[in-house]
Amino acid sequence: MSEALLTLKGVHTHIGQYHILQGIDLVVPKNGLMVLLGRNGAGKTTTLRTIMGLWHASQGTVNFAGRDITHSATPDISCAGIAYVPENMGIFADLTVRENLFLAARNVKKAGEMDTARLEWIFGFFPALRKFWGQPAGTLSGGQKQMLAIARAIVEPRKLLLVDEPTKGLAPAIVRSLIDAFLELKTTETTILLVEQNFNFVKSLGDSVAVIDDGRMVHTGTMAELSGDMDLQQKLLGLALEHQY
Amino acid sequence: MPNAMPNTTPAAADASALLRRVPIDYLPLLILPLLALLALPLVGSFPTWVTLTIAGLAMGMMIFIMASGLTLIFGLMDVLNFGHGAFVSIGAFTATLVLLPMKDWVQADSLLLNLLALGLAVLLAMTVTGLLGWAFERIIIRPVYGLHLKQILITMGGMIVAEQMIHVIWGVEQIPLPMPETFRGVLIVGDAAVEKYRLIAVGIGLAVFAIMFLVLNRTKIGLLIRAGVENGEMVEALGYRIRRLFVGVFIAGSALAGLGGVLWGLYKETLTAAIGSETTVLVFIVIIIGGLGSVGGCFIGALLVALVTNYAGFLAPKVALVSNILLMVAILLWRPQGLYSVAKR
Repeated sequence: MSEALLTLKGVHTHIGQYHILQGIDLVVPKNGLMVLLGRNGAGKTTTLRTIMGLWHASQGTVNFAGRDITHSATPDISCAGIAYVPENMGIFADLTVRENLFLAARNVKKAGEMDTARLEWIFGFFPALRKFWGQPAGTLSGGQKQMLAIARAIVEPRKLLLVDEPTKGLAPAIVRSLIDAFLELKTTETTILLVEQNFNFVKSLGDSVAVIDDGRMVHTGTMAELSGDMDLQQKLLGLALEHQY
Repeated sequence: MPNAMPNTTPAAADASALLRRVPIDYLPLLILPLLALLALPLVGSFPTWVTLTIAGLAMGMMIFIMASGLTLIFGLMDVLNFGHGAFVSIGAFTATLVLLPMKDWVQADSLLLNLLALGLAVLLAMTVTGLLGWAFERIIIRPVYGLHLKQILITMGGMIVAEQMIHVIWGVEQIPLPMPETFRGVLIVGDAAVEKYRLIAVGIGLAVFAIMFLVLNRTKIGLLIRAGVENGEMVEALGYRIRRLFVGVFIAGSALAGLGGVLWGLYKETLTAAIGSETTVLVFIVIIIGGLGSVGGCFIGALLVALVTNYAGFLAPKVALVSNILLMVAILLWRPQGLYSVAKR
């Protein structure tokens, strides 16, 4: 495999009195799409938030593109080249689609100066964004908001994309358009770390996969290996499903 | 549905999307004319109604100028600043440093000299309150981020200290803040008498609102402030330092409180150190009615409070004592988050 873009070593994260991540080791290879699987409460979101500096690791190190970002502030981590699409999408409901994308385009001073070629490329797989360009983002449907959240993360090229459960609560047709978008994104230079519970959604997308349970990594490998091995799936994900509710 | 306009540029899409734009929530805007119309038959006399309404609008504009910064300070960083009134007092007292020595210009019957004197007073007051706001944020607010109880206690304390400092510097007696000569007197419009100064206050209030509106809607910083009020974490995740934004908002909000203090002080013509703490309750009622974090809501809320106070004061003086609270209760029963609620996190 290619070199590592992001490396987590022995990361522990506490939220208040709760010890959520209990020594996470994770290597995200450069280029391609890595899927982080695991049941509810396993620590997937906490892992992403720790990478993003929204929560800080109490132990261990986070290394990104040769730089130690364990204790960096969120804006610095973002500027280093990581984009984040949180589970709640974090769109600014009061601002228009255009203004949301304008703020995400950090190097652009005026809304009119956004890279039109790149916008066209985004409209190519998310046409709804063109349609609702001047509307407050709060009036979009759930799926359209998700598209906006992802568009915001890619409106300027970033090295790494962290995406937290993009298919949650979305209709199958929209999930299909998200798959297309991720397939398109995979052809670019961007590396993607995707958190999911929906194994069917990521089966066709992922290059590599990591499974997390109770704040620890329980499996890492290639997606081909996991999707071909029913026993392993049963062991890792069947177990996960049992615990799910 | 997808690809309805396959080959339009973003700009063209922008224009056509405007046509389909979701209607703005106009209901809170309608309350103001409704209230004014309702008051007309109750007041009975049209000239009196005009006088009351303009007096109410002027008072509302001054309250808005004082409150607008506070609603953003709360919205952006969840900071409860009970010391905001201190900047109102300090602004008003600082203005005396210009207006008292410049008696000649203030008393001259020349609009130009009057305006120059007032302009200098406002400039100094806003500079001083802006700088003090910067220091206040660094020394008093910064250690208590995220701790509401401590924020209330320490900012209240800051307010008391500021009031006492005013006593130390300017003495305990009330002092005059002379109104420039050409701003005095009344204009007779039809049968209604309208104080000139009130019209000036309305003008300044509208100008402040227009500038804030433009900054918040047309500039990147303004959009970031609005985005930050809604979801500060996401603004940081996009690579912007929300702390820096907040310091800027705090400085601007304090300077606006200073401007409000000058206008309010001129209106009352005499100053006591308590001028700020007297307005604090009013200011808090206004930002709660408006919806915490919403500048538009704050604007309507301020006008509503002031109009209700004026009408009630004329119609039923005893009710006027509680009219603000009654208004707040009524609004919150209708919209528990205030007129315009800003989605939080």
